[in-house]
Amino acid sequence: MNSSAKAALKVGRDDTQDVSSEINARKATDKQTHKPVHKQIRHKLLANFPLLAFILLLAIVWEGLTRLLPIPHYIIPRLSAVLQSLVEHAPVLAKHFVITLNESIIGLMISVLLGSLCALLIDSIKIAQRTLYPVIIASQTIPIIALSPIMVMWFGYELWSKVSVVVLFTFFPITVNTIAGLRAADPDIGELMRSMGASKGDLFWKWKLPSAVPHFFTGLKMAATISVGGATLGEWLGSEAGLGMYTKRASNLLQGEAVFTGVLLLSAMGIMLFLTVQLIERIVKGERRY
Amino acid sequence: MNKAKQTIEQYALVVEGLVYGFTEDKLLFDGLDLAIPTGEFVALLAPSGIGKTTLFRLLTGQLQPIAGVLHIGAEEAEKTEKAIGRSMRIGYMPQRDSLMPWRTVLDNAVLGLELSGVSKHKARQQALELLPQFGLAGTENSYPHELSGGMRQRVSFLRSMLGGSSMLLLDEPFSALDAMVRIQMQEWLLQVWEQHRKTILFITHDIDEAILLADRVLVAASSPVSMLHEIVIDLPRPRSYDIVLDREFIALKRRAMELLGRGSLPRES
Repeated sequence: MNSSAKAALKVGRDDTQDVSSEINARKATDKQTHKPVHKQIRHKLLANFPLLAFILLLAIVWEGLTRLLPIPHYIIPRLSAVLQSLVEHAPVLAKHFVITLNESIIGLMISVLLGSLCALLIDSIKIAQRTLYPVIIASQTIPIIALSPIMVMWFGYELWSKVSVVVLFTFFPITVNTIAGLRAADPDIGELMRSMGASKGDLFWKWKLPSAVPHFFTGLKMAATISVGGATLGEWLGSEAGLGMYTKRASNLLQGEAVFTGVLLLSAMGIMLFLTVQLIERIVKGERRY
Repeated sequence: MNKAKQTIEQYALVVEGLVYGFTEDKLLFDGLDLAIPTGEFVALLAPSGIGKTTLFRLLTGQLQPIAGVLHIGAEEAEKTEKAIGRSMRIGYMPQRDSLMPWRTVLDNAVLGLELSGVSKHKARQQALELLPQFGLAGTENSYPHELSGGMRQRVSFLRSMLGGSSMLLLDEPFSALDAMVRIQMQEWLLQVWEQHRKTILFITHDIDEAILLADRVLVAASSPVSMLHEIVIDLPRPRSYDIVLDREFIALKRRAMELLGRGSLPRES
């Protein structure tokens, strides 16, 4: 064996010193923390430039077409009119916004509790897997919209009818994704832990639960975006306040601008909830990579 | 076995008349005997599909043998209530590193200690002291995805070592690494073993690896496994990879290949 090959085969102590510096170098390139803040912002703007340009283009096309073509304002209002309406009615809209947001968040939280609990039952108890799981899957064939009026009959015109519709919408993605997460736990790790004498509790808290985290957040992100839809539908069926009620009433009155204002705000709310969940996910995961 | 005069206490592992199969008519092990003295490095050389992983599961108590007795340490562990005690005595290192991606290097390394009830602080201290020896100094707060394949395997090995077990079972731990890294890891393992002298049962299908590392190579050539051919590796220690070119090494390798080749023929009754 020649000397260069021998050098390459030397082990242990030689690469010990390099290890920490190598890791630090990797971390540095990962995060790019050395870049100043304004450069980071510029970098982000540049990266998102095509998206921003596309949105601007859509806005121009919207405004242009509604000005050039004889489209009635209750069919498609001008963008400028929508924005004007947004500014004019800002205080009222803010009040409705908060009400709908409140319904969505309460519904989401109930779904997280119920969904996680169901997922845990289904994953850990055989009989629940045989009974509960098929029922939950089958229940998704029921058109939720058809079921929603019943929620109004059960819970009245107050907050809880809206919350219950949100739960109907968001329960499924959370449950199913959490089940998938619990099942995706690496069986090799489980076997290793059992060989080390792990108890059932150990296996759950130290293996199953952390493994399910990424899937759980996938479900929660899906749920966050559709929760607003649930709250809106709930308000259509019977409500005195909220953006859903606002858009429906505006639609009845042929106020196109107000309808579009409400829709824009509702979609903004969905995006906001999604980004919030994403932020929580980042905080929970930290530097870990699943 | 030529060390029959030793009492059972001097063996880390004794298997007598092990019978196991997933179905009664297709056995994997049929009356297998195996004895490993404390402090010996034994390599079990076997082609794939011979039931290596099943043997590990039997030894770690996840499967119960149809017949036969397993002694681990001084303890006779055939009774089910001792199954947990048995698990604690064998440190298992799986083929893939199986590190928890959500745990740091240090927290992965202490898993075994943690599960046996050692306080987190104590366990971490113990692991931290061993990191430099394992070529992992300064990585305690890194996550597995930040490490190379070889480093991850070293974390995995440290985790098995720290389990407090008297014996380690290594299941083809280097088979997923590329050739150069594998040689580095083999030399590294020789170094670490030199220092700790743990009893090791190392399963592999790499003949060079088996001869390079072990005091004794056991060859399981035919299925179901009823006996193991033995090759005593009397090459001097400490060893390095250079010895693969030595005449003695090549003679041993030739013998191992013969044994493996013979096994592929139908067994004479």
